[in-house]
Amino acid sequence: MTTFEVVAEGLGKRYGPARALDMFDLAVPTGAVYGLLGPNGAGKTTAVRILATLLRFDTGRATVAGFDVLRQPSEVRARIGLTGQYAAVDETLSGRQNLELFGRLFRLGRREARQRAGDLLERFGLDEAASRSAGEYSGGMRRRLDLAASLIRTPRVLFLDEPTTGLDPRSRNQVWDLVRALVAEGTTVLLTTQYLEEADQLANRISVIDAGRVVAEGSPDELKSMTGGDRIEVVVRDPADLAEAARIVAPISGAEPVIEPEVRRLSVPVVDRVAVLVDVVRALDDAAIAVEDVGLRRATLDEAFLHLTGHRPDHAREQAGAGRQAAVA
Amino acid sequence: MTTAIADGWTMTRRNMIHVIRAPEELILYFSLPIMFVLVFGYVFGSGMQVPNGGNYREFLLPGVFVMTMLYGLGATATGVALDLSRGVVDRFRSMPMARSALMTGRSAADLLRAMLEMSALLACGLLVGWQWRLGVGRALLAVGLLLLLRVAITWVGIYLALLVRNPDTVGVIVFPAAFPLTAISNVFVSPELMPSFVGAISEWNPLSATVAAIRELFGNPGLGGDSWPAEHAMLLAVFWPVLLIAVFAPLAVRRYRRLSR
Repeated sequence: MTTFEVVAEGLGKRYGPARALDMFDLAVPTGAVYGLLGPNGAGKTTAVRILATLLRFDTGRATVAGFDVLRQPSEVRARIGLTGQYAAVDETLSGRQNLELFGRLFRLGRREARQRAGDLLERFGLDEAASRSAGEYSGGMRRRLDLAASLIRTPRVLFLDEPTTGLDPRSRNQVWDLVRALVAEGTTVLLTTQYLEEADQLANRISVIDAGRVVAEGSPDELKSMTGGDRIEVVVRDPADLAEAARIVAPISGAEPVIEPEVRRLSVPVVDRVAVLVDVVRALDDAAIAVEDVGLRRATLDEAFLHLTGHRPDHAREQAGAGRQAAVA
Repeated sequence: MTTAIADGWTMTRRNMIHVIRAPEELILYFSLPIMFVLVFGYVFGSGMQVPNGGNYREFLLPGVFVMTMLYGLGATATGVALDLSRGVVDRFRSMPMARSALMTGRSAADLLRAMLEMSALLACGLLVGWQWRLGVGRALLAVGLLLLLRVAITWVGIYLALLVRNPDTVGVIVFPAAFPLTAISNVFVSPELMPSFVGAISEWNPLSATVAAIRELFGNPGLGGDSWPAEHAMLLAVFWPVLLIAVFAPLAVRRYRRLSR
């Protein structure tokens, strides 16, 4: 039987007339990495702040690690870690002083707090910078320190609110590796992101949020297949063959191929994947068309997002996100 | 209760580490009173009168002590607003620590800081010819009144920061708010020498109560006036700060709770 570490039922949160969350449901299985995916202003941060006991909600109910967020906030706080774009560290204190401070506040003894700080600094590759002010750290180092601060006591549930926003690819990969290691140790992770790649890389379940509501829920693969599934892509050697290849492929797949002459590629959606692939290869070979590459490609999460919300996540920031952003920020 | 004290002390230590790691802020707040001592003590002071006679610098120094306590408002409010704006308060609030610790820790650390400032200011005072004339006991009592005022101002500062939130705005508000309070008081000039309307405001100014009380305890010149507040300076020097704490501490706590709205 699946147990759920984070549960939200019908959460609602208003800021004046604006609804930041509207009948928001969530069920995060124990041990999962659960992604909340959506554009800026969709309500991701509001949801995380509510579940981390920072923000009250108007309607619904929520439990974290089996405790009611509203009625037993101390029990919840003792079992969660929070890292993200806003939950920061003390910029004046050194890395070590920060971790010792948080250790003391997590009720570790003085020596224990010092020991734990040392361990974490080493594990997160910060031991050389340990005595420098956190304010002087690079973005990646600060995020690592922030993450370390959430792990003073290994949390049952870790909330990561856009953990890699603003990080370079190397730092981002480091954070991802750290998250994977934590999950291997049994921590349940709730992650918000506006990067599809991040959700795809880390999460084994995803809720797509738009305008404060969950618009889709499932594994990354399930979400991708919601868009109509897979496509066959064929790259020909000679661009002059493209029209001929399209004419051959169309009746086999039952759909009109999309041609991209600049990359000598045509692609077409398919339902019965493998059978069609074999037929396409055979027919092109019979027609003596030189093929450079042919393959099946799953729809990207990007396409899934477009399909589900009607806008691309990147553009969403300027368009649909703009109006709600002020209310949720 | 014990956890509240333990967490409060942890937060106090955090704020004291700030003072040690960033001493330039302390120096900044320090340069202002010293400038006032120099400008008023040596430049304007030559034209100043002390009622019933006496040395103007000796009259001035207790006023500058009080003024320094008042300008602590800036340090408190900016510190709290910075914490709020940088999100470190969110981390504290997501941890299983005593909710009060952020505020009690700030209050205690600012008190320790004020002791540091007072020690340095007393030494500066002695250098420019100020002295306490009625024994160490009364002098310590006077310092106690100063620190009581500082605690009251700390709570005003915490409330102000929670109200305004933006550290830049807080920094801009404090000086224009604080300067008139020191000008229309007995800090620089005895209210008896002011036009009667302004003089009356000065007499009732909470700062004037502490200034008059510590002038009396230090045995410095400039006592006088037969108005009610002037005659009950000692009482008011306790009453005003206690009133401010009674009003602003609950307001600050309420405001802090409202962060989760």
